[in-house]
Amino acid sequence: MSAATQGLVRLPVWRARFVMAALLAAFALLAGRSVYLQAMRTDFLQEKGEARYARVLEVPATRGTIFDRNGEALAVSTPVKSVWAIPADVELNAAHERKLAELLGLTRKELHRKLSDTSRDFVYLKRQLAPEAADAIASLGLNGIHSHREFRRYYPGGEVTAHVVGFTGVEDAGQEGVELAFQSTLGGRPGSRRVIKDRLGRIVEDVQSIRAAQDGAELRLSLDSKLQNIAYRALKDAVEQHRAKAGAIVAIDVRTGEILALANAPSYNPNSRTGLSGAQLRNRVITDAFEPGSTLKPFTVALALETGKASASTVFETPQGRMTMANYTIRDSHPAKAVTVAQVIQKSSNVGAAKLALSLPRETMWDHFRRIGFGAAPELGFPGAATGKLRHHRTWRPIEQATMGYGHGISVSLLQLARAYTVFATDGELLPVTLVKQESVVSGDKVLSAQTARAVRAMLEMAVQSGGTGPRARVVGWRVAGKTGTAHKQENGGYAADKYLSSFVGFAPVSAPRLIVAVMIDEPAGGQYYGGAVAAPVFAQVMQGALRMLNVPHDAPLEPLEMPSEAELREST
Amino acid sequence: MAKLNLLLLAVLVTCAIGLVTSQHRARKLFSDLERELDRARELDIEHGRLQLEASTWGLHPRVEKIATGQLGMRAPDPRRVRVVSSRVVQPRTR
Repeated sequence: MSAATQGLVRLPVWRARFVMAALLAAFALLAGRSVYLQAMRTDFLQEKGEARYARVLEVPATRGTIFDRNGEALAVSTPVKSVWAIPADVELNAAHERKLAELLGLTRKELHRKLSDTSRDFVYLKRQLAPEAADAIASLGLNGIHSHREFRRYYPGGEVTAHVVGFTGVEDAGQEGVELAFQSTLGGRPGSRRVIKDRLGRIVEDVQSIRAAQDGAELRLSLDSKLQNIAYRALKDAVEQHRAKAGAIVAIDVRTGEILALANAPSYNPNSRTGLSGAQLRNRVITDAFEPGSTLKPFTVALALETGKASASTVFETPQGRMTMANYTIRDSHPAKAVTVAQVIQKSSNVGAAKLALSLPRETMWDHFRRIGFGAAPELGFPGAATGKLRHHRTWRPIEQATMGYGHGISVSLLQLARAYTVFATDGELLPVTLVKQESVVSGDKVLSAQTARAVRAMLEMAVQSGGTGPRARVVGWRVAGKTGTAHKQENGGYAADKYLSSFVGFAPVSAPRLIVAVMIDEPAGGQYYGGAVAAPVFAQVMQGALRMLNVPHDAPLEPLEMPSEAELREST
Repeated sequence: MAKLNLLLLAVLVTCAIGLVTSQHRARKLFSDLERELDRARELDIEHGRLQLEASTWGLHPRVEKIATGQLGMRAPDPRRVRVVSSRVVQPRTR
């Protein structure tokens, strides 16, 4: 035993101690490292760890849909796919290449060119592709070909509703029309949230919502797309027939002040907006002010009746239909020795209207024009609404006051003019107009007494009967009332002799007015230019269709109308 | 004492397993929720697309063209229109 013990080599003590120390040192190192990692680098490490499973996701928001009053969509956002590639990663065989080019709607050469620059990391192959085509491409399972979702705005109404609805730009922000006017409510706000994903990419936990996504609100316009279509077609046909520069039309519901139709010609297709001209984009109804001419006479007459300066049967002398003031001669198209106040409207006498205007105090006349909404933009929230021009009464010269009586030296937009006619269509109330659907009947400001409003309404009805200037505005089955206008256009500070603005504003049915329609045709060049010949037929066509569509009870017999000859429609301004 | 420890151990293990199970269930439910929300979004988009399609098919110029062209419809002559008063159906009492 001892021999065996003796036989063992006795190791030096330091070796055991060395191993011990080495082990201890190793432990100390580990402990130190763990303290360093746990205590000092913990934030960094946690962040890195989280990055492996936590993701921040974009939550897309869609833009609100725009509807007409009956719930028909006028502007809808739908998702489309944009297909892009990392050229260096793309390997295509001939069959795939052909298929891909076909799905993208590109030729093989174009596709080849797009993929040839391998130094780039990101190349759009096709933007805003239909989702079906993008899905088909994804199912090919090609390397280096990717897609992402974008939203595109579609306008089913196309050119018919283009000026009201407007359009959005690249960043889904409104640029024109209602899209711009209601951008703050229509536009959604995309949100983002932090989530935890598992190894299969499924979201397993919501960590926090950084910002909640908010979809844009829907918008219901007052527009009636059927009526809008009738109005646009009638206007477009008239502009083409009379080879006019432009035209505008607006229809207002007399009970609610809602704009049921608003159209301009020329128009444009908001779905493909290449090569648009300013003339096409212009919303003349709202943004253009013009000298209205005779369509303004009823307001002069109304004020004269209201202030007691005249009655419907007061007679004015109009020697040969002429009146000269300060080197300027006011002329009538239907010269007569004398006219009654009612005939001023029926025959559209400029001299009569001028004399009536001169009988009124300037301030009263100015105040009256202000109160029916001239010289101030209607509160529509619409971009670029024209205020028109109404100079302060202190700057008026007598000749200006006289011409203003028949609508010159003052400018208004077609919408202002149509709205002003609500005082005759109601019993003297000026209604606020709106492009948004209203739920209830509105009341406006009382501007005229019911008696005056009714008297002028009767005169306006006479103006569209035989003997008046606008018999072509009549429709079968309903009584209409309205006023024609034929104004010389202003040019270089004077009036152009051969350029006219034909207009007609009226309402129906007279027994219980429901709808106001205002039509304006700019520079008709087809030979005819009187408002009664150019604008009145458009009014009749739209009014006839609209009243039938709205199921308005008839107040006149259903008999065909006898149309007068051309000569009777004459009137100027 | 030992018995109490054993009991506590058993309780602890049960709780631990319960926690794991409920966490798992929560995650599963959450992923279901996500899936349904995704579906809701998809359906919403589909709805928009269908609205667009309905509007396009129902375009008034198109309807008008089919009505006048294919179906040969037109507005009636005013002389042939008879207006029926609703009072006939529902006599007014006063």
